[in-house]
Amino acid sequence: MRNRLAVLLPAWAWLLIFVAAPAGILGAIALAEADPGVPPFRLAWSTAGFAMLVADDYYLGAFLTALRIAAMTAGLCLAIAYPMAMGIARARPDRRLLLLALLMLPFWTGFLLRVGAWIGLLRDEGWINGLLQGLGITDAPLPMLYTEGAMLVGMVHAYLPFAVLPLFAAMLRLDPTLLEAAADLGARPAVAFATVTLPATAPAAAAAFLLVFIPAAGEFVIPELMGPSEANLVGRVLWQEFFQNRDWPVAAALAVSLLVLLLVPIRLFQRLEARP
Amino acid sequence: MTRGRFVRAALMAGLLFLWLPILLLVAYAFSADRIPFQWGGFSLRWFSALAANERLVEAALLSLRIAAGAATLAVLIGGAAGWALARFGPFRGRGVFGALIGAPLVLPEVVTGLSLLLLFVALETATGWPQGRDVLTVLLAHATLGAAFVAVVIQARLAETDRSLEEAAMDLGATPFTAFRTVTLPLIAPALAAGWLLAFTLSLDDVVIASFVSGPSGTTLPMALFAMLRLGLTPEVNALGAVIVLGVGAMLAVAALLLRPRRG
Repeated sequence: MRNRLAVLLPAWAWLLIFVAAPAGILGAIALAEADPGVPPFRLAWSTAGFAMLVADDYYLGAFLTALRIAAMTAGLCLAIAYPMAMGIARARPDRRLLLLALLMLPFWTGFLLRVGAWIGLLRDEGWINGLLQGLGITDAPLPMLYTEGAMLVGMVHAYLPFAVLPLFAAMLRLDPTLLEAAADLGARPAVAFATVTLPATAPAAAAAFLLVFIPAAGEFVIPELMGPSEANLVGRVLWQEFFQNRDWPVAAALAVSLLVLLLVPIRLFQRLEARP
Repeated sequence: MTRGRFVRAALMAGLLFLWLPILLLVAYAFSADRIPFQWGGFSLRWFSALAANERLVEAALLSLRIAAGAATLAVLIGGAAGWALARFGPFRGRGVFGALIGAPLVLPEVVTGLSLLLLFVALETATGWPQGRDVLTVLLAHATLGAAFVAVVIQARLAETDRSLEEAAMDLGATPFTAFRTVTLPLIAPALAAGWLLAFTLSLDDVVIASFVSGPSGTTLPMALFAMLRLGLTPEVNALGAVIVLGVGAMLAVAALLLRPRRG
């Protein structure tokens, strides 16, 4: 019993200080009043920050843009991840490990370096424009970087491996004799996919979608470095309110609202994960 | 089998999409041209420029120190939490405990970063500690993030290991501590190492949380790199990419050789 306490007490203390307390303080400062002092707020019981979020279309737009971009990122990841997961699951078992390593290794090379690589490819004087002009396909650089498309490419590149993993695990559990039976009974591959693979992997697909959607909804770095300047996703707006405008109560209110908005997807994801 | 061919082609295309930017980033690190991603003949000049860039080298050393410290703390806290969740049965407050340890896994980075910064400011106002924000605050934030991942890894590993081994050790007279040290610890050592490495990588890769909780003397490598990328790409970024990719590749090759299954 004493041994248990020796393990539990430090862990509880850490979690209360560094996870529970920050959440409480965030809530308190979302209700504080902005003040030109240091730190720039005065504790109050004011809903002015939240009222501003509701009244100003700018903030409402930030949430809608973030949800739309996150949904598009997750949808694209899912569409690319499905055949990839199927390909890895069907590979010879001795090749699977290599393919999984090739899938996960980019994660270990650093997120910002991959963003830097895309900037180098997509810039006006970048590699792709150099190639297009060198081949005589275009004679002026195509503006690609700082567009919504560039932002989506960057986000799909960052999150794709995380969408493949749950799908791969589900496809390994899929009974191959079911697909053989479908084929024996005359189902074309597309029909077998729609009637056997898709229903059996649907929960994993939902988990994969949410695994990308949840972090993508708060994304800051890729919109900032690759997106158009008007792509005001909520993560970017929160950053600006905090660092540029020094409006801590509004930044905190944005954080609390983002959390509330993500509660449903987060609970859904946890329930999917807890399935046997 | 047209479908088999489609799946294989899609897998190859997906892997190419993941790898092409990284391979080009590394290849053009060896180009002499001043413009990144333009070939101007083979040269190592950007590697010497990188080595001479004191700000980046200092930031890299700082990041490695923070990552090592944060990963070690994360293994201690996350390991304890994972062990409690896997072995302590339904203890009091287990639901809250599990939700708290797992929260950083699902919270957006901007939320984690902002709320931890507000905690440090409130703590300083109330107790005078921590004085300002720098290396220590980044380390504590990264340890909290890493602990969430370590706890998942350790809990999963313990769920797979046979509990009766520990019970047998205790039946034979071992104290719980001895049973842990001689039976449990060797069984979960690979998971602890994997958790440490994961926490280390997460810390080295984080720019958002660090930007919130750091101060003037705590510029990490991702923070420096982010500032560079904001202003535009330079070939030094290519050189840094090459160093990291080739370094990670060499480490993995060594690990693969060491862990190679022995024949016979």
